[in-house]
Amino acid sequence: MDADDLTALRLTIELAFVTTALLLLIGTPIAWWLARTRSRWQPVLAAVVAMPLVLPPTVLGFYLLLLLGPNGAIGRATAALGLGTLAFSFGGLVLASIIYSLPFVVQPLQAAFASVGEATLEAAASLRAGPWDRIATVAIPLAAPGFLAAAVLGFAHVVGEFGIVLMIGGDIPGATRVLSVAIYDRVEAMDYAGAGRLAAGLLVFSFAVVLAMHWLGPVGTALPGRAARR
Amino acid sequence: MSEAAPIEACFALRYPGFELQVDLRLPAAGVSALFGPSGSGKTTCLRCFAGLEDGCEGRIAVGGQVWQDSAGGRFVPSHRRPYGFVFQDARLFPHLTVRGNLRYAMRRASGPEAVGFDEVVRLLGIADLLERRTDRLSGGERQRCAIARALLTRPRLLLLDEPLAALDEARKAELLPYLEQLRDALSIPMIYVSHSMREVARLADHLVLLDRGRVQAAGAVTEVTARADLAFSQDDEAGVVLLAQCAAHDAEFALTQVRFEGGTLWLPRVACGIGQALRVRVAASDVSLMLEPPRATSILNVMAATVVARHDDERGRSLIQLDLGGTRLLARVTRRSATLLGLQPGEAVHAQIKGAAVLR
Repeated sequence: MDADDLTALRLTIELAFVTTALLLLIGTPIAWWLARTRSRWQPVLAAVVAMPLVLPPTVLGFYLLLLLGPNGAIGRATAALGLGTLAFSFGGLVLASIIYSLPFVVQPLQAAFASVGEATLEAAASLRAGPWDRIATVAIPLAAPGFLAAAVLGFAHVVGEFGIVLMIGGDIPGATRVLSVAIYDRVEAMDYAGAGRLAAGLLVFSFAVVLAMHWLGPVGTALPGRAARR
Repeated sequence: MSEAAPIEACFALRYPGFELQVDLRLPAAGVSALFGPSGSGKTTCLRCFAGLEDGCEGRIAVGGQVWQDSAGGRFVPSHRRPYGFVFQDARLFPHLTVRGNLRYAMRRASGPEAVGFDEVVRLLGIADLLERRTDRLSGGERQRCAIARALLTRPRLLLLDEPLAALDEARKAELLPYLEQLRDALSIPMIYVSHSMREVARLADHLVLLDRGRVQAAGAVTEVTARADLAFSQDDEAGVVLLAQCAAHDAEFALTQVRFEGGTLWLPRVACGIGQALRVRVAASDVSLMLEPPRATSILNVMAATVVARHDDERGRSLIQLDLGGTRLLARVTRRSATLLGLQPGEAVHAQIKGAAVLR
């Protein structure tokens, strides 16, 4: 591995960590709501969350680029705040990754929350636990395998992103050039040996993740993995 | 604590295909049983007390506190109502040990402590289970832990939803004495849902009969089980519960005499101390009637009684309600006999009691 590879590796891990952490924060309330609500809007939000599973990354990337760019709604807001535009930056990459990997975090969490069941939460209420108390002391501990599955899957999916990274982040060493893009670069430059090293690393990583999911049991296997597209 | 204030609940709930409408006034102490066939709304009633049914409209007051008053816009949320709930399926938290489950309840308990941790553990015999994981418990152990957990919330009302229904006969027999002990040792009123007359006869002081969401009858267990006009009194196993006392032992013939209001009964020897309270169940089919006192009979117990009511069914049988100096008894005879003997209210008869079961 040369210096470029290491930079790309560090950036990839950083992106995956930041994105996964934020996804768990954002995904938990969404998953809770999806698992427990009786609202007729539930299927609508569920569909929105699941969209990235079937949407070509270029389509998502295209719209995000418009939104984040200097003339887009978000772009104008970030510019007004003195943050510049998020397109072709690490921040933009995080935002895009959050949206693109959302179903991989929300769906295992939703399945885990659904499996906790109303009965157990009623028992908690009968022991004087209020709504937040019930979530913190019963629902989340019982959904722990779901959180682990969500974190592993979310992390792996961010590592594996390619299309959306290229659309939103481009190929800036140290800022947006992650491993998947680095492989693409090597192939473009006919450096098959270099591409092979990185590709083999990701291959082993992905295999380990799928195997880990299997070990996590039912929560791990009832996942959207098979429908994934990059 | 206002000991005297009874439990008052008048509420209604509608589901598609089911309507519950009840007006209950239950004593502030002892066990009140909600009895009825499945689908009669017993469990739903209990859930309304607990505030677990959103659609429940009405008024619920326990021990002088108003838990719900829909007309006044008051609905105390479930977790702020001081009840304890024992679910049919225990519902222990699987991520905590038994001790963890008990601690969960204790940490959140408020109000005066009726019974402490050690006392609860002793009453339910769970000292050896405390460090166990909940999935390593038998059905009966699980239920005892769940009852302990409910008691540690310091409830002012204990709600029990068929706590024995999921257990086999041996486990039921194992758990019933614990429930009796709780009834006798604690001053917390209990509402006990069941569809087993055996459990009700053993545990209940007050009995509410529910059918299709309505109250069919309510009152002291001795009164309600002695009514001849109810659907459930037509059951083959109809019988009266008597609250009696151990009165005397006869060593020679291995008999025990028990006394109840208005009479005494000789029973095959019962291990009881003189003066000890006993529940005795006299099945209607074990009571036969005659107009003259028998001069010689192998039946030990013959008592003078007065016919209070007679109820004929479509199967050629008559259920006769009797008064024995203040205590009511039921006798099942054929309609032919009832007619030949001219059994009508006010008629003086002699009741032969062929057998009675001490409940425990």
